[in-house]
Amino acid sequence: MSEAASASVDLSYLGAGARPGIRGWIFSTDHKRVGVLYLVSLTFFFLVAMTIGVLMRIEQLTMGRTIMGPVTYNALFTLHGVIMIFLFVIPGLGSACGNFVLPLMLGARDVVFPRLNLLSWWFYAIGAVIVITSLFTGGGPPDTGWTFYVPYSLRTTTNVPLAIFGAFVIGFSSILTGLNFITTIHRLRAPGMRFTNMPLFAWSLYATSWVQLLATPVLGITLLLVILERLFGVPIFDPAKGGDPLLYQHLFWTYSHPAVYVMILPAMGAITEIIPTFARRTIFGYRFIAFSSIAIAGVGSLVWAHHMFTSGLSDTAAMVFSLLTFLVAVPSAIKVFNWVSTLYKGSIELSAAMLYALTFVFLFSIGGLTGLMQGALAVNVQVHDTYFIVGHFHYVIFGGTGMAFFAALHYWFPKMFGRMVDERRAKLAWLPIFVGFNLFYFSMLVIGAQGMPRRYFDHLPQFHTGHLLASAGAFLMVAGLLLMFHNLAKALRRGAPAAANPWGGVTLEWSTPSPPPVENFAELPPVPEKPYAFPREVAR
Amino acid sequence: MTAAGHAAPHRDDAGSRMGMWLFLLSELLLFSGLFIAYAAYRSIHREEFHHAGAELNAALGAANTVVLLTSSLTVALGVRALRVGREREVPRWIGATILLALAFLAVKAIEWTTKYRHGLFPGRPELAALPPGERLFFGLYFAATGLHALHVVAGAVVLSVAAALVARGRVRSDAPVVLENAGLYWHLVDVIWIIILPLFYLAA
Amino acid sequence: MSAPPTPHAELPARTLVGVWSALVALTGALVAANRYAPGNPGIVATMVITPAKVSLVLWYFMHLREEGRAVRYMLLTAACTITIFVGLLMLDYSFR
Repeated sequence: MSEAASASVDLSYLGAGARPGIRGWIFSTDHKRVGVLYLVSLTFFFLVAMTIGVLMRIEQLTMGRTIMGPVTYNALFTLHGVIMIFLFVIPGLGSACGNFVLPLMLGARDVVFPRLNLLSWWFYAIGAVIVITSLFTGGGPPDTGWTFYVPYSLRTTTNVPLAIFGAFVIGFSSILTGLNFITTIHRLRAPGMRFTNMPLFAWSLYATSWVQLLATPVLGITLLLVILERLFGVPIFDPAKGGDPLLYQHLFWTYSHPAVYVMILPAMGAITEIIPTFARRTIFGYRFIAFSSIAIAGVGSLVWAHHMFTSGLSDTAAMVFSLLTFLVAVPSAIKVFNWVSTLYKGSIELSAAMLYALTFVFLFSIGGLTGLMQGALAVNVQVHDTYFIVGHFHYVIFGGTGMAFFAALHYWFPKMFGRMVDERRAKLAWLPIFVGFNLFYFSMLVIGAQGMPRRYFDHLPQFHTGHLLASAGAFLMVAGLLLMFHNLAKALRRGAPAAANPWGGVTLEWSTPSPPPVENFAELPPVPEKPYAFPREVAR
Repeated sequence: MTAAGHAAPHRDDAGSRMGMWLFLLSELLLFSGLFIAYAAYRSIHREEFHHAGAELNAALGAANTVVLLTSSLTVALGVRALRVGREREVPRWIGATILLALAFLAVKAIEWTTKYRHGLFPGRPELAALPPGERLFFGLYFAATGLHALHVVAGAVVLSVAAALVARGRVRSDAPVVLENAGLYWHLVDVIWIIILPLFYLAA
Repeated sequence: MSAPPTPHAELPARTLVGVWSALVALTGALVAANRYAPGNPGIVATMVITPAKVSLVLWYFMHLREEGRAVRYMLLTAACTITIFVGLLMLDYSFR
């Protein structure tokens, strides 16, 4: 690397920390370092949970036992879910990219509560350690599924209390991050930046933060009550003590449905940044996208019982929740229309980030449509607890948030690390990911509709072909993912030095060097009056 | 760290208070899970909730409410004293608050041990023999009052630390936000109890 | 950055004590209503008096009267969220 470039990195936040070595990272209150801490942790846990998924797909290659028995399989799908959801997707884009980019986008020096920000990461890390400890202590890894439904979670001898205590601790990370971002967006916008012209990624983080703040505590109390019931016999949910297992489901999903909007909103926000930049056109319908973020958070908090249509809800409740579920698709659809409209008559550059972003739009739309299908009561009776559901949520969470995460990584990588990623290899890796993904999860939609139940370690002959196709797709996709991560890791050491604004973006993070100095801005750039106003010439 | 040339570090009291309010909202939602459970179970076990409520001592519950309301008053007066420059009065007011908190916890301890001796306690046989609605009432009662008591302890600790900072001159009348925020937390503990009182003690 | 908050005159100690008296009186009224008029009248009394007590604590003790629109709307958001959670849940339990 050139001397000038190396000097730039040394002078940036990546240079010497306040403390030497690793302590300069794990005790840093700099939002950029905290963002990188999250990024590294998230990537690690993604790879762990991905490996577990691969093992599950190997098991489904043959009927009967392949490499494991049912008890192990139950533990594996529980673990896959717990790690992916609590340790990867929920913190995900918000905590990694949000922490890094939000203060820069707002023209701020840091978040309002930097020490609380570091504490958030520590809650995440400690919670993760507790969850991992639960695998090897007590009765071993939980086999309840990541949803920990009662009464089984009250009865199973596996180490449910420790695992859900770990999830409880991780919840604090989410709540405090939400608190921090809300306050930061209210108090630290640069002069000239109002709510009505701030970047849409910030809007999406604002909506996400409200869900994190208000919904996560409901999960907290629910998990706490399960612990109290298991350890001290406090009668709450156990039907043997008169409790209603449905109440657990209500409380659990009152958080866990809004949680999926915590997963998707920052992803949508990142896409909303990437598409205008690589279409060189202002975003279509700024206000609609901003308000649809709030609408998704709001209406998305009203639909939770669509996870319970076959559990014994009253018919009235089922019909109301079905209607609300249909309604929540509207703001998401508005976003899709606006993204596509932004492309119209744009000057499109198919960078790696743009490729993954467009993939997001396509795969998320499929996932969203299957969600609508499931929201219909008659269909739900047929597909609940089948692979149709599994296919649906992988389309929205993985095809959605996952792809957006990859897009955001490629987009903000130069800013974070001062290096360019090999675009050709990134796009090459995309192909097996895309083909493998669809082979994998579309097969699931098909066998699910045909009746293949989820969370079964074995399957009947009529589903065998579908499982083979799915596993083949999985292996192809994982090969692509490994290529993609390898490419990113290589760029860390050997990527070309990055300019301040390699993509011609118009939000404030591109006005500061790549990587940014510790104080973010030596001098605050002027805040654009109109957001997403691209100059006519392509200025790089 | 600030760039060279900045005289005073950036201070945003309104932002600090906003952060504290947001934290309080998350605490409110935490207890709301219990209120949601209460609403559900009461609606399907109306008679049994009514019956179980009679086991609780409404007079003690009301007395404890007055104790907590008074502790809110003493905190409010303590914050006021700080804001008008009478720092030296602050430890007295906060001290009074802590004493009232201890009184509250003492009454709670008496209530719980009484229940324990009558076997109306999780894991004890008399509770297990009750009809389901009554068992659930007590399950929620112990969960709610137990969690609340933990918050009383936490609030008392936070207030003590804030009062100590005032006594040491680290929190002053021109920068009272630390004590104000500690006070806000305490008032929330009071608000939660205000809601708990009728749900459990006046159910009969 | 928003404009600095308009400074509020500090509430006299008398006012705070007055609020406290009102809270204690309301508590007494609440207990009396539930003891001597149990059932629906008691429930109505609870649904009026309890929010009133909470509001007094919020407005005077917690200085909500001095806070800006942002904090008040935040509180309103949380209150609405809880109400909606309970309301939607009761759609299940009330119609089983």
